[in-house]
Amino acid sequence: MTVRIAIAQCAPALGAFRRNVAMHHEWIARARDAGAALVVFPELSLTGYYLKDLAGELACRAGDDALRPIAEASRDIDVSAGFVERGPDARLHISQGYWSRGALVHVHRKVYLPTYGIFDDGRYFGPGDRFEVFPSAVGPAGIAICEDLWHVSVPYLYGATGATVLLSPASSPGRGVAEGGDLGTAESCRLMDRFYAQYLTLYVVFANRVGHEDGIAFWGGSEVVAPDGTVVARAPDFAEQLLVAEIDPDLVARERDRNPLIRDERPDLVVAQLARAASDFAARREERPAVSASPGRSPEIGQD
Amino acid sequence: MALAGQRIGVIHPDPKDASPLRIDEALVHRMLVAFLKEECAKSGHRRVVVGVSGGIDSAAVAALAAEAMGPANVSALFMPYRTSSPDSAEHARLVAKRFGLALEEIDITPQVDAYFAKRGEVHQVRRGNKMARERKAIEYDRSWPDGLVLGTSNKTELLLGYGTRYGDMACDLNPVGDLYKTQLRELAVLLGVPDVVVRKPPTADLWVGQTDEGELGFTYAQADLILYHLVDRRLRPADLTVAGFDPTLVNGIRERVRRSHYKRVMPLIAKVSLRTVGHDFLYPRDWEAD
Repeated sequence: MTVRIAIAQCAPALGAFRRNVAMHHEWIARARDAGAALVVFPELSLTGYYLKDLAGELACRAGDDALRPIAEASRDIDVSAGFVERGPDARLHISQGYWSRGALVHVHRKVYLPTYGIFDDGRYFGPGDRFEVFPSAVGPAGIAICEDLWHVSVPYLYGATGATVLLSPASSPGRGVAEGGDLGTAESCRLMDRFYAQYLTLYVVFANRVGHEDGIAFWGGSEVVAPDGTVVARAPDFAEQLLVAEIDPDLVARERDRNPLIRDERPDLVVAQLARAASDFAARREERPAVSASPGRSPEIGQD
Repeated sequence: MALAGQRIGVIHPDPKDASPLRIDEALVHRMLVAFLKEECAKSGHRRVVVGVSGGIDSAAVAALAAEAMGPANVSALFMPYRTSSPDSAEHARLVAKRFGLALEEIDITPQVDAYFAKRGEVHQVRRGNKMARERKAIEYDRSWPDGLVLGTSNKTELLLGYGTRYGDMACDLNPVGDLYKTQLRELAVLLGVPDVVVRKPPTADLWVGQTDEGELGFTYAQADLILYHLVDRRLRPADLTVAGFDPTLVNGIRERVRRSHYKRVMPLIAKVSLRTVGHDFLYPRDWEAD
């Protein structure tokens, strides 16, 4: 028995929350009509991506009424969408919610906030601090928001802790147009999707957006890659599309029978080795001469 | 589109190997048309203005604009001065015809000469700057009330600072500013820019006999490859000279980039308050209404 999933490869309006809620309703309706059990929206789909100082103005608490319309729309189809979350301690996060049967059941806060090249997430947002597997309409799932997926430890952690589906909502800008290659970013993303899918034997659901923000083009190319490395479905580059694909839990089982990498994985060794490394790091820190050692100088706190 | 991972071999800096500059023109074409369409739509503009000089850069921009907005929504202006080459007029008309644009011709001689009439002899660069700014003032006038002015400065010109501030460098949207001159030439061929325009030596045509390469003292082919390795691939000047690039040329180009950087940034605002435009009052330009 397969489960149908939809990816909303859309172009959110930057800074226009209510318009984006209305846009979500349209795409959710289309996904429902297509018979999908789950529709996945891209990173920050309810706000747009390059928010800068707008981030604080558009933020809402996970239980805020502003998100009520998304919860309501999730009564007969699961919905995963992105928003700016104001945490309990008032920190801002790039969050991806998962709504089911009218309620928000899971939130992932983006852990890796890039601040290089064209990115400045770390200036405006605080990082998440965990990767949790949760039950989704398509099986045990983990969410890796855009840059999270580029850190190889993230899909590994999800794979090692029981996920059979990796949901990766993204706002990936297209760049690199050298001849003889695909769009540079597209090539990197497709390589990641296929590699993680095949070697962690799970489904990778890459939900990227399209449209422009301040001259930067998000390239789309959303795709679903199966645990055997097959690209089940792929949306076009640079154009909106509701991408529909079948997720086959039985394929995960068959692939893991054939290729039991996850079964044979030794997370205990990884934990032990990292624990040893952690104590080495700590020891090396202690060996380093203290900055405040020179007489007559106060500790240089906050030096940059 | 080209197949993924087709290039085999590491990119090394090599003065004889221009292949790293090659682009997938078809992909760039799609990206730039979408850029113009979407950025105009977001800001609520349905029309664009482009100064067509008879050169390759403005021809490529005119072609992209015609495709993105429809020829009827492109105001193409040709604005000669009395010393402008007759070829420029002929080529501007050829370009307009090729892309289905109605070309409006406005002679800027009276207004430029009126200004300088009482000022005696002035340096040709000063006169050239004035011409560039008069043209831009006309483009902005023609953009009212529902148009955006398109820029035609390419990446080579922007990085070398080879342009007039608030003159040819001024614009609302620049579709070609991330393409080196040689890359823009590739794109122009794909777009169907007339051969005679693609092949002629690049010139700002601000005085008789002026050519870009004559004035700069090096060729675009040389500059583009050096800039590509320095800027796009983040190599240092020393890495290039070790690889056989001419040290005088490499360091000269690096110095031009440094010296002209002020032309590529917004004016500096003295910070005195708690929150300052440009410093820590940072909103996206594409901030949309809810």
